[in-house]
Amino acid sequence: MKKIIIASLISLMLATNVSADTDGENNLSKKNTKEVKDCFEGVNRVTFKFNQVLDGVIFEPIAKAYRVLPSPVRAGTGNALDNLSALVTIPNNILQGEFKKAGVNTGRFIVNTTVGVVGIFDVAEKIGFPKYEKEDYGQTLGVMGVGSGCYVVLPVLGPSTIRDTAGSFANLLGGDAWYNVTITNDTQHFSNFDYYASRATSGINFRAKNIDSFENLEKNSMDFYASVRSLYLQDRQQKIANSNAITETQNDSDWEEIETQ
Amino acid sequence: MRLKKFLIFTFIIINLVGINRSYSMEPDVFVQSTVNRASQALNNKYSKEEKIDKLKQIASETVDINGIGYYTLGAYRKDISDNEINQYEMLFEQYFLKSFSSRLAEYSNPEIEVISKKKLNKNYTMVSSILVGTGQRPEVKIDWRVYTKNPENPLIRDLIIEGLSLARTQKEEFSSIIQSNDGDIKALFSTLKEFIK
Repeated sequence: MKKIIIASLISLMLATNVSADTDGENNLSKKNTKEVKDCFEGVNRVTFKFNQVLDGVIFEPIAKAYRVLPSPVRAGTGNALDNLSALVTIPNNILQGEFKKAGVNTGRFIVNTTVGVVGIFDVAEKIGFPKYEKEDYGQTLGVMGVGSGCYVVLPVLGPSTIRDTAGSFANLLGGDAWYNVTITNDTQHFSNFDYYASRATSGINFRAKNIDSFENLEKNSMDFYASVRSLYLQDRQQKIANSNAITETQNDSDWEEIETQ
Repeated sequence: MRLKKFLIFTFIIINLVGINRSYSMEPDVFVQSTVNRASQALNNKYSKEEKIDKLKQIASETVDINGIGYYTLGAYRKDISDNEINQYEMLFEQYFLKSFSSRLAEYSNPEIEVISKKKLNKNYTMVSSILVGTGQRPEVKIDWRVYTKNPENPLIRDLIIEGLSLARTQKEEFSSIIQSNDGDIKALFSTLKEFIK
């Protein structure tokens, strides 16, 4: 029953998403900078404020305490979490037709889980595996041409879009092997706690890595909400483009008419 | 006599061309020299205030502040009066210098290495660099949009950090402030004044 409800919700969200962002063509260009509408800006701003308060009371203090841990401990934790995320990245590599990357990431996962002691040591990188890049179901939907839909701010989880939120539901529908072995199936090796602890640690790890950047951004923003929205959407656009060449993702048209010399 | 005149003429032309060449600057060399200056300014021997003053000086000489200001204003710049444009230029310059120097002053002894450049067209070259990682922070990829219409005086127009454009972020922030105030540009001016106080 739970799965049917989730599947229906995703179908509804995707349908809303397509109608919100389709104007007769689905532009797959990497430079597609079609404006993402902030359809629920009023609610989003309230949620954003709520998240900021929550962050100030809970996440930021924990992240600051986490930063006190020795660097190797933080690095090991980050590596282990990255290793777990490969369980979502690999199926998305396949769905995006990136079979070579799927193979490389599978090899990386096996090496790091075994030789690297459940991913604590990134042995794969040391023996020459290429840099790891995370993928998720929201990105895969984007690569398939599904528009982002409206921008939303989720309570606790933060910035997202309708497409990315819908994509993350795929994790709960069997798309994340770690979720499957901890929550969905009773494997007797892992418990629900393992999944929730890993998710919470992942959030704290991300927050700890970005404490200075966030503080700096907040201090120098006149509209912090708008800055975060812009950065989130640019980041997603770049990740969906799957390109490291900066010239592939930047839109030059707005610059062309600015003449000062 | 004719030969002498010809030689003098040729000598002058060669020198003029030579002088012209000596003043033009490759965008990657320009960026490296700018970041070297910024690195020196961020040396820990200076106080935070001294660092900010030095960074403001460097930005005034190497960044196209007016160009970024126009870009940041987006389509609104076409709808406002000359008087408002002048007011905006003045406010934006102060805002930019404060915001820019305050953001960078947090770093100490950053090491940036220019790695490549790509000419986009006659007006723009993208210069790629990396902020070398340390024990405290990972390596960061920084790209520089350099305005090269006048090759003798290249100017920075945008910094793209790990794919995130600072100019675009600023533009969307300004747009949000104007839109939240029913398209009133004066609301942006008030916010800018508040920021640069």
